Amino acid sequence: MFGVTIIPTFLWPEIATSACAEVTATSRHYVDRLFDPDPQNVLQGVIDMKNAVIGNNRQKANLIVLGAVPRLLYLLQQSSSSLELRTECAVVLGSLAMGTENNIKSLVDCHIIPALLQGLLCSDLIFIEACLRCLRTVFISPVTPVQLLYTDPTVIPHLMSLLSRSQHTQEYITQIFAHCCKVTHSSFLGFLTPEHQTVLFNHGAIQNIAPLLISPSFKVRMQALKCFSVLAYENAQVSMTLVNVLVDGEQLSQVFVRMMQRDKPIEMQLTAAKCLTYMCRAGAIRTDDNCIVLKTLPCLVRMCSKERLLEERVEGAETLAYLMEPDIELQRIASVTDHLVSMLADYFKYPSSVSAITDIKRLDHDLKHAHELRQAAFKLYASLGSNDEDIRKKITETENMMDRIVSGLSESSIKVRLAAVRCLHSLSRSVQQLRTSFHDHAVWKPLMKLLQNAPDEVLVMASSTLCNLLLEFSPSKEPILESGVIELLCSLTQSDSPALRVNGIWALMNMAFQADQKVKVEIVRALGTEQLFRLLSDPDTNVLMKTLGLLRNLLSTRPHIDQVMSSHGKQIMQAVTLILEGEHSIEVKEQTLCILANIADGNTAKELIMTNDDMLQKIKYYMGHSNVKLQLAATFCISNLIWNEEDGSQERQDKLRDMGFVDILHKLTQASDPNLCDRAKTAMQQYLA
Amino acid sequence: MASQPSDPNKTTPKSQQLFSCDLALSEQEKELNQRLRSLYPAVNEQETPLPRSWSPKDKFSYIGLSQNNLRVHYKGHGKTPKDAASVRATHPIPAACGVYYFEVKIISKGRDGYMGIGLSAQGVNMNRLPGWDKHSYGYHGDDGHSFCSSGTGQPYGPTFTTGDVIGCCVNLINNTCFYTKNGHSLGIAFTDLPPNLYPTVGLQTPGEVVDANFGQHPFVFDIEDYMREWRTKIQAQIDRFPIGEREGEWQAMIQKMVASYLVHHSYCATAEAFAKSTDQAVHEELASIKNRQKIQKLVLSGRMGEAIETTQQLYPSLLERNPDLLFMLKVRQFIEMVNGTDSEVRCLGGRSPKSQDSYPGSPRLFNSPVHKASSSQTYQTSTYYIHKFFFLPAWVKKTLPEGYYKKRDKTTQVSITVSFVLKLIGTPVLTQLSTGPKKYRFLVPIPSHCTAQNNTEVEMEVDHFSNGVSESSSNGFLNGSSTHGIDLEELDSAQSKRQLCGGSQAAIERMIQFGRELQSMSENLRRERGKNSANKKMLKDAFSLLAYSDPWSSPVGYQLDSIQREPVCSTLNSAILETHNLPKQPPLALAVGQAAQCLSLMARTGSGSCAFASVDDYLH
Repeated sequence: MFGVTIIPTFLWPEIATSACAEVTATSRHYVDRLFDPDPQNVLQGVIDMKNAVIGNNRQKANLIVLGAVPRLLYLLQQSSSSLELRTECAVVLGSLAMGTENNIKSLVDCHIIPALLQGLLCSDLIFIEACLRCLRTVFISPVTPVQLLYTDPTVIPHLMSLLSRSQHTQEYITQIFAHCCKVTHSSFLGFLTPEHQTVLFNHGAIQNIAPLLISPSFKVRMQALKCFSVLAYENAQVSMTLVNVLVDGEQLSQVFVRMMQRDKPIEMQLTAAKCLTYMCRAGAIRTDDNCIVLKTLPCLVRMCSKERLLEERVEGAETLAYLMEPDIELQRIASVTDHLVSMLADYFKYPSSVSAITDIKRLDHDLKHAHELRQAAFKLYASLGSNDEDIRKKITETENMMDRIVSGLSESSIKVRLAAVRCLHSLSRSVQQLRTSFHDHAVWKPLMKLLQNAPDEVLVMASSTLCNLLLEFSPSKEPILESGVIELLCSLTQSDSPALRVNGIWALMNMAFQADQKVKVEIVRALGTEQLFRLLSDPDTNVLMKTLGLLRNLLSTRPHIDQVMSSHGKQIMQAVTLILEGEHSIEVKEQTLCILANIADGNTAKELIMTNDDMLQKIKYYMGHSNVKLQLAATFCISNLIWNEEDGSQERQDKLRDMGFVDILHKLTQASDPNLCDRAKTAMQQYLA
Repeated sequence: MASQPSDPNKTTPKSQQLFSCDLALSEQEKELNQRLRSLYPAVNEQETPLPRSWSPKDKFSYIGLSQNNLRVHYKGHGKTPKDAASVRATHPIPAACGVYYFEVKIISKGRDGYMGIGLSAQGVNMNRLPGWDKHSYGYHGDDGHSFCSSGTGQPYGPTFTTGDVIGCCVNLINNTCFYTKNGHSLGIAFTDLPPNLYPTVGLQTPGEVVDANFGQHPFVFDIEDYMREWRTKIQAQIDRFPIGEREGEWQAMIQKMVASYLVHHSYCATAEAFAKSTDQAVHEELASIKNRQKIQKLVLSGRMGEAIETTQQLYPSLLERNPDLLFMLKVRQFIEMVNGTDSEVRCLGGRSPKSQDSYPGSPRLFNSPVHKASSSQTYQTSTYYIHKFFFLPAWVKKTLPEGYYKKRDKTTQVSITVSFVLKLIGTPVLTQLSTGPKKYRFLVPIPSHCTAQNNTEVEMEVDHFSNGVSESSSNGFLNGSSTHGIDLEELDSAQSKRQLCGGSQAAIERMIQFGRELQSMSENLRRERGKNSANKKMLKDAFSLLAYSDPWSSPVGYQLDSIQREPVCSTLNSAILETHNLPKQPPLALAVGQAAQCLSLMARTGSGSCAFASVDDYLH
């Protein structure tokens, strides 16, 4: 409850204990009095109603059902009503809003928001405060559509101007802002957060709210701080502005640092740490700034400790994970701070076995937070281990860690599954862990299961992890192959999500690396040439690169090259031509030329190039290209074609000499790049032998 | 002793020439003193000095010290663990630190970097690294393990090497220890630590060099922030200390204590108003209170002659029975004569400079530096706080019911002080039980009525004054000087030069004559009652004033300060009260003194929470 009631007297209604029917009857009486012709009686009626509803949810529901809300709103908006009556109406409405979510819904359906916003135009401060208090209660409810605050463009500027009126207006308005600028990444929720941040920003939220950070009222300070945390989240514009703001001559970041002092209330420490975290992630503060390294990070680690409330531990861990995600140095520091890695292991111990027996209330509390705790811990582990091998080792050596991940992968909560797979993905970047703990715990099994049927965001992470598990040195590769993974990956390449297509083809590429003939054939069969070529024209460069990578892996070792080319040679050559002629990056072209070089290494496949003058001209062109990488790849290709010890090398050498390749090679022996120079010399030697 | 704390008030002679080595050194020492004082304000260094350097005596021979015994280097062979060597700091960590912290910078990791940083008790073998033996604890650089009185370490933190700064923090409240590396806390390393541990480092291979920072420089880790957390915790513990269930008792007790305090110091008008508004009886006749007030006013304004005379009139046998007291009063009278404030010299035409006579008119703030200096740590139960509380009425009188005075919140403050003090008397036991396995009782004499109340746990309600008091009417007694017939001259505000006995020749002669009388009185006293070193010193100090041309700025000049009238005044007041069979100290002052005593007892018995429960914090 955020109940800040200004009601001076509180009479417990006698009816509270009476029977239900009686309640309705009395409620009816309250509503009837709102229609009394004498305004004085109406006022007394509203005051009595106010006293009757405090803390009485049933009474609130009754009054709403009996239609009190439209009448109260009418009285509130009526300019003929006395200011006192209008104020009392706003107070009663505020009290009704304090009830259940259904109450809020009913109030919103009665268009309470525009009515109250209209009321803010009045000049009387007491009335304004009553309206704001009610608006605050309505807006902080999750059932209220946030957008309603932004429908009328004059509302935000007016709210900004009311900030100077009193500590109460400051508290309520900042609280409304903090809740109506909520950040969510889900696209299906419909509202885009930067929009709200930008609206508030453009109306001077920062300049207006910054001074409130040193308000004498704790509530105001706290709500102002919360406002900044939602404004700065993933918002470079806001964050960049914030670092330059001075409050009473002091930099804002220093104000936040002071709010993180260990004798400050935990809520304040945590929210200040969030502000600095968001400013840092938005690029406004460097990750090696002392206020991050020596203040924010340790503060967030403290929030993860056992002494904190479960909610605080969840928020602390999530914020910390977010803070250090991109920075290995912060990850290293966090990994040794206050035993964080083992401290997190405690997040998995809820509900504890003790609480189950002794205290039902606590069990309920624990259960409610257990999922949140687990997913927060997984997220933080994922972030901690995303770069440093030693940290990953430390994490996997934490008690029962791998078992926890494995069971996390099959939990009912999607949030936990996603976080568990993120953690697994982070750890799967370790060659050593892939070889040891991943294999020992057969993590591929739940992973494969997860891939069968999961939302996209889980699939992206899971398939990405699978890519790592399919690396050639991973002992899990074999069992995964046997579990029919190829079909699954091929189906991923047909997904609408580019990330899933990349992961699918990437995994196939890894799988094809130095694979048996049998596997390669199976990949080509399952994928189908049609899909392969569709992927070669994929708009996503990553997909294209990985597809080329797959081709290159398929076309390695001579017998494989010849076999693949004998069955799909024509299409592959077509695709190669297409890419070399198209508008592509250097990397793509280089990869394509490498494929060509592989083809040139085949016994029979060579002829597909030799008989294609157009292709030879292209190779010639790339040998003279300004980019050394492309020159090198093209030269490699020629070198393979004229290699001495193979059948028909003489004819090929002759043909290529006639086409002027020798001259080019000769020129390249003078190249400044030592690799290219060497390669050209080696090729020239083929002619000399 | 090398690390003897230098006088904090001593100023370094400022040299305009080149910075000499000495100057730099003393600057560093000054900084050290300052930092230690602000970090560990509760530590009484006379009793428990703080570690300031490594001890050249308490080390193994393979250890070399340099740079004022702050740098440690290894000078043994370093072939086997048998060549390990340690050094302890000069002093153990005092419990009154609450939280103690030092840092060690690795200058060079030497050959293998087998360095240990930690703590050990006195007498632990120094031919070892910290942590290997009983009562020895260490964090080792080569493997990052912690060693808790054992040859085998536990995985603890990262390794450390050249350039790293390792900090070691001892929490004397919960008896744990954590380390820091380059300003980052590494988490708890040890629990259940014994008391009286010394900072210790150990080295084992050639080339290893480390520097200690016991407060000489700012710390890399923000230890103040950690202390703030613990101060808040302890204070919350005091605030939440249960004071009982029976309604009104706690409140009634606080009121009683406030009332008795006011009566004791003869603030009769205030006391009467307070008693009336809180519905209490005053146990002394109003006339008697007024008499005491009159005498006190005379003493405090430096008019000793009149004070003695009045005392003799009102309490005829008092001074006869207390010759030492009379002697003390007379010595004070002599001093006031020198000062030019005593009535006898005043009537001879002397005028005293305002600065010497400003006391009654302008109440001083609580924490005037002079008064701090006067309250050295060697007080017996609560005299110190009597001085302190002397200033209280100045604001108490401002705080009583409207109609008298304006603000009231200060009266509430007295109550808060009282409630704190009473809680504090109960707290040590609680703290001790909640923090350690040791059990002991505090044997503090608590006046019977206090104890009784303290046990009967009542809900505290210090805010009760806010209702209905304002109507109580004045009874006509005011605390101001004018109504008591003592005419305190308004003195020139011009800065007249201070002159002996106010500059009058006659006054000087009278003073000299009085000095002779005093001398003979002293001799008589000695003959009758034997030697009394306190009396002897008192007289000697007083006479010494005459040895200087400007007594006020002489080394004994402090005696002339009006603040010195307070102990005289309270001793006299107590003596008068005793003749009436009233307590010679008000229960409030007693309780405050007991609380302070309790805290120092906690410090001595190793209960670190005393560091964050200073009585002073609650007195303003």
